[in-house]
Amino acid sequence: MTAELIVPLLAAAIQSGTPILYATLGEILTEKSGVLNLGVEGIMIVGALAAFVVAKLSGNPALAFALAGTAGMILAAGHGVVCLWFLGNQVVSGLALTIFGLGLADYLGTPLIGQTAPGFDKLPLPGLAQLPVLGPVFFQQDLLVYLAVLVAPLLWLFLNKTRWGLNLRAVGEYPDAAAAAGVSVLRYRWAGVLGGGFLVGLGGAYLSLAYTHLWTSGLTAGRGWIAVALVIFAFWRPGRALFGAYLFGGVMAFQLRLQATGTHLPSSLLLMLPYALTVIVLVLASWKGRQANAPAALGINYEPQD
Amino acid sequence: MRRAMLSIRAYKRQEPLRWSSCLVFFGAVALSLTASALLLKLHGKPALGGIGILFGGAFGSLWAIEDCLIKAVPIFLCSLGVAIAFRLQIWNIGAEGQFALGAIGATWAALSFPGLPWYALLPAMAGAAFVLGGLWGLIPALLKLHMRANEIIVTLMMNYIAILLLDYLVYGRWKDPLSFGFPMTPEFTPAAIVGKIGSTNLNWGLAVCLVTAVLIWVFFGFTRLGFEFRAAGENVRASRYAGLPYPRLVCLAMILSGALAGWAGFMEASATINRLQPSIMVGYGYTAIVVAWLARLNPLTIGVASFLLAALRVGVENLQLDLQVPAAFGGIMEGMILLTVLAGSFFMEYGLRFRRTS
Repeated sequence: MTAELIVPLLAAAIQSGTPILYATLGEILTEKSGVLNLGVEGIMIVGALAAFVVAKLSGNPALAFALAGTAGMILAAGHGVVCLWFLGNQVVSGLALTIFGLGLADYLGTPLIGQTAPGFDKLPLPGLAQLPVLGPVFFQQDLLVYLAVLVAPLLWLFLNKTRWGLNLRAVGEYPDAAAAAGVSVLRYRWAGVLGGGFLVGLGGAYLSLAYTHLWTSGLTAGRGWIAVALVIFAFWRPGRALFGAYLFGGVMAFQLRLQATGTHLPSSLLLMLPYALTVIVLVLASWKGRQANAPAALGINYEPQD
Repeated sequence: MRRAMLSIRAYKRQEPLRWSSCLVFFGAVALSLTASALLLKLHGKPALGGIGILFGGAFGSLWAIEDCLIKAVPIFLCSLGVAIAFRLQIWNIGAEGQFALGAIGATWAALSFPGLPWYALLPAMAGAAFVLGGLWGLIPALLKLHMRANEIIVTLMMNYIAILLLDYLVYGRWKDPLSFGFPMTPEFTPAAIVGKIGSTNLNWGLAVCLVTAVLIWVFFGFTRLGFEFRAAGENVRASRYAGLPYPRLVCLAMILSGALAGWAGFMEASATINRLQPSIMVGYGYTAIVVAWLARLNPLTIGVASFLLAALRVGVENLQLDLQVPAAFGGIMEGMILLTVLAGSFFMEYGLRFRRTS
């Protein structure tokens, strides 16, 4: 009886946590290079729109997914130009990017509201899908869910076990020292910004290609901001991001189900849950001063040397 | 084989370029207008005609300019608040939520004391808006000071929570039984409405704005506390060593910041809409951030920038009517203007040297 309720809820938690996971991993990559990009919400929704439009026109969800990442990368490049080349304030530039992205997606998406597009269907993994409980929760998802789970360890490997990853982190911690050691600060920061933007764009694509299959205005509904908070909650570690994203996915799924059962609680109060939880989780993660994990040069521009 | 290349190097100017902030601002606006015109063209709308409609809608008639001034009031109040927090390097992104709480507070007073005369009711509404807006600003300040929680995220999340709280009230407890199911409170009684100035469409909120601006200017320029504010804003770490009560300044800044946004919500509910309904939330709180940054946190410039961005909103409404361009066009332009200004500000401090290398 309880399994009948819990299992679909957990499966839904994984699904609604996936877009947040992509975005969180992307922002971890960017922040590790020392660049704070608060444009996640805007990049995500532009990614979602790009994926939707491409899927609709081409009928090819895989192409749509890849191009959504590219769209995210292009938008993130705007942040790179302003902050890396022109030394603009990173907080304000990110906010401006969010305002721009939300406006752009709303502007271009208005005629598409309510339309549907082909997306990714469930792809049960042979063998594993038949496992009790674990099967329906983890192994009867769509391809993009599996891919997201793979990206987390890959990002960890990249950041911790490769020379490029090490350089990227060095640039985020002590850019001067990295530069003295012959590492190009700007090049690695560009890589962090563009790579992060790509992943955030993929997160947006998940929303329109696998989560809803349909375009509505304001599709991201603050998920990008939740991802920014999760980066802090995860102490900039991909593994903890996995956990945090599914936790939030769980809360969102739970909230939706509660609404569907027709409780007496008004929907607006239920909708507050993920946002309130974000504040709580952020406070708990920040309390004991674990921000020590933050890249030391996060948010500080690297001035050109004469 | 290596070819001769033109290399570009930036060098720091001895002193900031004069008049450059004006130049950068108008350059950014021109660039953003060009890009917007291209966007219109791509959408099969007349590019130049569209920009013409934008300007005509904003400045083409007395009525339009009045509308710009009316919309400039909430933007100005929010932006003034945002600027106070930004000066202390506290990133208050929560003007939108603080605005909502102010509107909620004012509405609570208006619905709770319908019998009061206007000279008692309006101050009560303003007081309630001040308290609730200020509280909504104080919470992230306390979380930042005591728990080191990032205020950007807390204020943002509190925006979502505030808007949902407003929804909850107008869909539920405060819904007008005569509204045919529409989510809105009953219309305010005349005593709860901030009146219009003479025979114009402008309301007395504009006067409140001007008075507030002067008060803020006096506060920062001529009081001890205001001086401490400025000192702490110049250099947070040094001000701590100098014994300035930094935590208390942060709390005060956020209360003031939230209260000003709350007043904007009060004005909007009372003077413009005359009731509380979800459509009161049109993103003034986010526009305020754009304005504060464009104006480099200077109160006087904030006034000018508020008017210009209000004009952009009015112009976009006109575009919407004439060319069926979605309202989101305004957001695109706001984002572009801010991004280009941020990038352009580089040239105020840096110059470029071109060199041939081989």
